[in-house]
Amino acid sequence: MTQVMEQIVQSVPQPAGPVPAKMVVEDFSASFGEMQVLKRVNLQIMPCERLAIIGPASSGKTTLMRSLNRLNDMEPQFSREGRIQLDGHDIYHPQTDVPALRRRVGMVYAVPTPLPWSIYENITYGPRLAGVTSRQRLDALVESSLRASFLWDEVKDRLDMPGTDLSGGQQQRLCLSRVLALEPEVLLLDEPCSGLDPISTARIEEAMVELKRKYSIVLVTNNTKQAARASDRTAFFLMGELIECGPTVELFTNPKHQRTSDYITGHFG
Amino acid sequence: MRIAPSITQRIAVSIMWTLAAVAMGVLAFIITYILWHGLPHLSWAFLTESPKSMGREGGVFPMIVGTLWVTMLAVVIAAPVGVATAIYLTEYTHEGKMTAAIRFGADCLAGIPSIIFGLFGFVFFVITLGMGLSVISGALTVALMVLPTIIRTSEEAIRAVPRAYRDVAYGLGSTRWQMVTRVVVRSALPGIATGVVLSVGRSISETAAVMLTAGSALGLPQSIFQSSRTLSLHFYILSREGISMTNAYATASVLIIAIMAINLSAYWLMRRFVGKA
Repeated sequence: MTQVMEQIVQSVPQPAGPVPAKMVVEDFSASFGEMQVLKRVNLQIMPCERLAIIGPASSGKTTLMRSLNRLNDMEPQFSREGRIQLDGHDIYHPQTDVPALRRRVGMVYAVPTPLPWSIYENITYGPRLAGVTSRQRLDALVESSLRASFLWDEVKDRLDMPGTDLSGGQQQRLCLSRVLALEPEVLLLDEPCSGLDPISTARIEEAMVELKRKYSIVLVTNNTKQAARASDRTAFFLMGELIECGPTVELFTNPKHQRTSDYITGHFG
Repeated sequence: MRIAPSITQRIAVSIMWTLAAVAMGVLAFIITYILWHGLPHLSWAFLTESPKSMGREGGVFPMIVGTLWVTMLAVVIAAPVGVATAIYLTEYTHEGKMTAAIRFGADCLAGIPSIIFGLFGFVFFVITLGMGLSVISGALTVALMVLPTIIRTSEEAIRAVPRAYRDVAYGLGSTRWQMVTRVVVRSALPGIATGVVLSVGRSISETAAVMLTAGSALGLPQSIFQSSRTLSLHFYILSREGISMTNAYATASVLIIAIMAINLSAYWLMRRFVGKA
């Protein structure tokens, strides 16, 4: 069933026909003070897909990610125009429950940041805030989310050890587990492998293949090779503008824009 | 002339070592000197009896009770206000004239001599509010004195919590209050506790301010609205008025041992706490 869905998603160009988009970014612009970081971006995030976002530094990739779960609201200088919808609802509507939005749109950051607590507490922090109190339910969440990020076998006997004592790659998978325990709908991965060794990177990419059965995944990456091998669609950003977005195979083999082709062949950026 | 780096290195190390040794030596000398003169006169009776003939004989039990009351009340009043101010300054407002003013005010308060606080406490709490010379007047005055320390140490501790923790907490669906209480303050707790312990030490040893606000009654305070003499003030009066130098040293020994015990147990608690976190 999910495979059929994936095929539909992959074969249908934007805007998708039968499958409604999970998130829709409409004419979205963002600025910090005087500096405009995103310029009228239009983008759709489909269910059960891995969307890679590539582009050189300061092309607005991270700002877009942090706009999708309203983390930029914390910046005093931040201002925006345009709309972002999740399942057809404007996430910037004044009545949006922002903590609930962030549980639905979970994020993993570039630098692995376990909180200075045990592995168990790191994972149960989010669910507890969401009102899960049953010890059994929490235990089950810890196990399932650690399994989903391929960390369970490495830490199952020492869930009470500090998350900060894990290796970098393990820490990042702990951060992924922590977000999965929220049972989100969209996963934002902001350069999750930038500080990791190739084996840890492979494990994260492996996890993504499984995860896309349930989630929409948005992957920001500086590594064009990673985008090429670990995504279904790719969007190329440059100086805050979306230059090109399409199926990954197409974008990498037959880019429509000169600047896209320059970037993916390594002529700049 | 150029001195070889290995020699400058050796000179620098020996200068620093000497200075550190001098600092430690002075501290050790003061403590040993006081304990040397005071410990022989310390006894169970000294700790549990009331003073007789102005403190020439008898013990310091009422002063221990008075000190505990003033210190506990002062810290219980100052700690919540100070920590809340620090949280407000760091998490609930953006840097601006207002925060600069609060911070400047706190720094000025920290530099004011305690006798001035005593005078203020006397005029405001004792006279204007009609609290009289009492434990509560003394505690409120001392609370004002230690407030800046608690604010600044808590602020530093909260600022030292990595920014990324805040992003993580928000990302996992925290409200601002949940982020502050469950992540930021929890991580900053050892630093906040250090500030509180420092202020406990200052409250215990404060003399001038309590003299003007808590008074110097010799009896056991029956309530916080009665006057009481603290240990440090008792020491001051015993030595200043030449009542009894032996009892003065004994009182000072009690004070020093109490402060060392508080600091040591605080460090121990903190290490345990941090180790668990």
